[in-house]
Amino acid sequence: MRPSHLVGGKTMKTTIPKEELVYSGHLACQGCGATLAMRYTLKALGQNTVYSVPACCWSVIDGPFPYTSLQIPLFHTAFETAASMASGIQAGFAIRGKGDINVVAWAGDGGTVDIGIQALSGMVERGDNVLYICYDNEAYMNTGIQRSGSTPVGAWTTTTPPPHFKKSPKKDMVAIMVAHHIPYTATGNIAYPEDWIKKVNKAKEIVGPKYLQILASCPPGWKHSSEISIEVVRLATSTRKWPLYEVENGNYKFTRMTRKFVPVSEFLKLQGRFRHLTEEEIDVIQLLVEEHWADLCAKAGIENQFADKLEGYTEKVKKHHPQWFHIEED
Amino acid sequence: MRKVITGNHTVSYAAKITRSEVVAAYPITPQTQVVEKISSFCADGEMDAIFIKVESEHSACAACIGASAAGARAFTATSSQGLALMHEMLHWAANARTPIVIANINRAMGPPWSIWTDQNDSLSQRDTGWIHYYCEGNQDVLDSIIQAFKVSETVSVPSLVILDAFFLSHTSEPVDLRDQKLVDKFLPKYEAKWKLDPKDPHTYGGLTGPDRYYELRYNLQKDFLRVEKVMDKVHQEFKELFGREYGRVEPFMADDAEILLVVSGTISSTAKQAVVDAREAGLKLGSLKIRVFRPFPFDLVKKYLKGKKAIAVIDRNYSFGGEGIFYSEVKSAMYDEPHLPIYSYIAGLGGRDVAVKDILAIANLAKEGKCDHPTWWGVKL
Ligand SMILES: Cc1ncc(C[n+]2csc(CCOP(=O)(O)OP(=O)(O)O)c2C)c(N)n1
Ligand SMILES: [Mg+2]
Repeated sequence: MRPSHLVGGKTMKTTIPKEELVYSGHLACQGCGATLAMRYTLKALGQNTVYSVPACCWSVIDGPFPYTSLQIPLFHTAFETAASMASGIQAGFAIRGKGDINVVAWAGDGGTVDIGIQALSGMVERGDNVLYICYDNEAYMNTGIQRSGSTPVGAWTTTTPPPHFKKSPKKDMVAIMVAHHIPYTATGNIAYPEDWIKKVNKAKEIVGPKYLQILASCPPGWKHSSEISIEVVRLATSTRKWPLYEVENGNYKFTRMTRKFVPVSEFLKLQGRFRHLTEEEIDVIQLLVEEHWADLCAKAGIENQFADKLEGYTEKVKKHHPQWFHIEED
Repeated sequence: MRKVITGNHTVSYAAKITRSEVVAAYPITPQTQVVEKISSFCADGEMDAIFIKVESEHSACAACIGASAAGARAFTATSSQGLALMHEMLHWAANARTPIVIANINRAMGPPWSIWTDQNDSLSQRDTGWIHYYCEGNQDVLDSIIQAFKVSETVSVPSLVILDAFFLSHTSEPVDLRDQKLVDKFLPKYEAKWKLDPKDPHTYGGLTGPDRYYELRYNLQKDFLRVEKVMDKVHQEFKELFGREYGRVEPFMADDAEILLVVSGTISSTAKQAVVDAREAGLKLGSLKIRVFRPFPFDLVKKYLKGKKAIAVIDRNYSFGGEGIFYSEVKSAMYDEPHLPIYSYIAGLGGRDVAVKDILAIANLAKEGKCDHPTWWGVKL
């Protein structure tokens, strides 16, 4: 019997649907967050779903021709066309009276925040009835870990080798979507599947454009061992580096509140991609976390319990913030 | 119904009469009136289609591919820079075997900015796996789009229907807009051979190794080999229903000609006048219009060129570091005729007018065997 287990003598039931639309035997690396993201997403969406997938790890994970690991139709498309292809698919269905099919654009962070941002912006601005999901592993992983606009400050990638590690902040794609007056947008994290499934379910019911971005760990790209994939991304949320929230018609709401202070270093120190960072550099990242959190609290109209954490930064740290994070070599 | 309309509005009427279900398009001079008219057709309910007002041509082509994969008939129109921007997706459409149709208004590529006609935009797409039609007049534009859908949907290969900027796009000509009932008979509702269907889930276009990719491309070429037969049948059927004859090439006073011009697009009409004038002056001139450029009509070119004294190929295009593009193709068709002189003349790039007198002069050069391989006709040095 699945899937209930005993916690402290009480029975807890998971709300995650049992249905599996991802077969075993896919080609993902061990501990791949993008694959879990797909699995949870399809559990929420169900079979009446079609995917548009641009170049990304999922071009490979699905399996080599003639195999597939998904039980839904998947149309592979060019790198920058997840959204435009999905718009076309949706229109093709709609004109033939099949507008009820969930049309999903499923792309990596590079395909979303960089090369595909124009098509995504157009799709959202037009109001097309497409669910766009970005699984965010914070770099171009398919091509071997190059930086993307979604790579966070401080990270090593093959194109940002220390001391030239990523100096500019991660693009805030959710804010960009909010600026498009999108009906619904939210963040997710593979360590919080129930939160994610709720969001996918909500998005599924909304007619119009929806944008979801789920943080998905990548052991080879983030340089951590595969068995801690969940632990690492969970820390992204518990350190408030990747808060879980949604924005419905412009209204911000946290879907997971963090009460205990956990320093961002807890998240960073598990990953080889941040190994080179000095304490001062980590301080800058903490300050970015506090500022983003303060901004979100203000937008959600709630009191910032961590307001005091915004204080006490040295002038040197502040000087190197917020834009071009650049700690001079001594 | 006959109506005096521009080439651009002809394209819009073609989208309507073929009952295109999804149109995704982006404006560019000299194509803008096409999208404007389709917009108003959709807004007035004259056309039952979804018009996706995309943010670029790249997205226009992607959206058309998506709509086609979903099982709908998809259409778009563009020109020069727009077609170039689509390039990646032109390959995608052909390789995905989505039978979409695109009307391209020939316009020279920048820089410098030019809005006038030449063929380098469409010829740069020669190897993308599309069927290419070059049109001579507005009736030709309408009929070619109707035929293109039928051919494309039969062989699962997309089609480009190409017309000259301004000489057709902005020139009004009488066009028989064709009877909707007859068009419906000729071109029934699109029934996709495969489509995205959650009840029958498949993955399309996934990673394919060297052990299989090669065969997929071979299959595309195998279907290209069917195109000519399909076209010939479609032309026959079209003639029976609409009373107008079309071929993959169009000979004009070619049979008894000693000198033969090989032409395409609107230059073909001018060439016909030149042929008539030359005959009056005692020169046995004829012309052959290449209407379908891909698949290249090797058989027909051979048939009409064989035994001539000289051939003059007029190219409104150039492959830099190479030669005139139609010239290359014609030469390759005539490989077995080593003693046939084939001369190459470049003319009309960037919309430079190619008048009857120019074509007559070119014909006389060919008659005298004068050609610089190529001769850039009329170039101001
Ligand atoms: C036009 C184009 N440019 C570059 C590439 C090469 N390419 C394929 S996937 C990829 C990176 C994808 O990164 P992301 O979208 O973050 O997905 P991930 O690989 O991380 O899953 C790149 C650069 C391509 N396929 N097409
Ligand atoms: Mg990525």
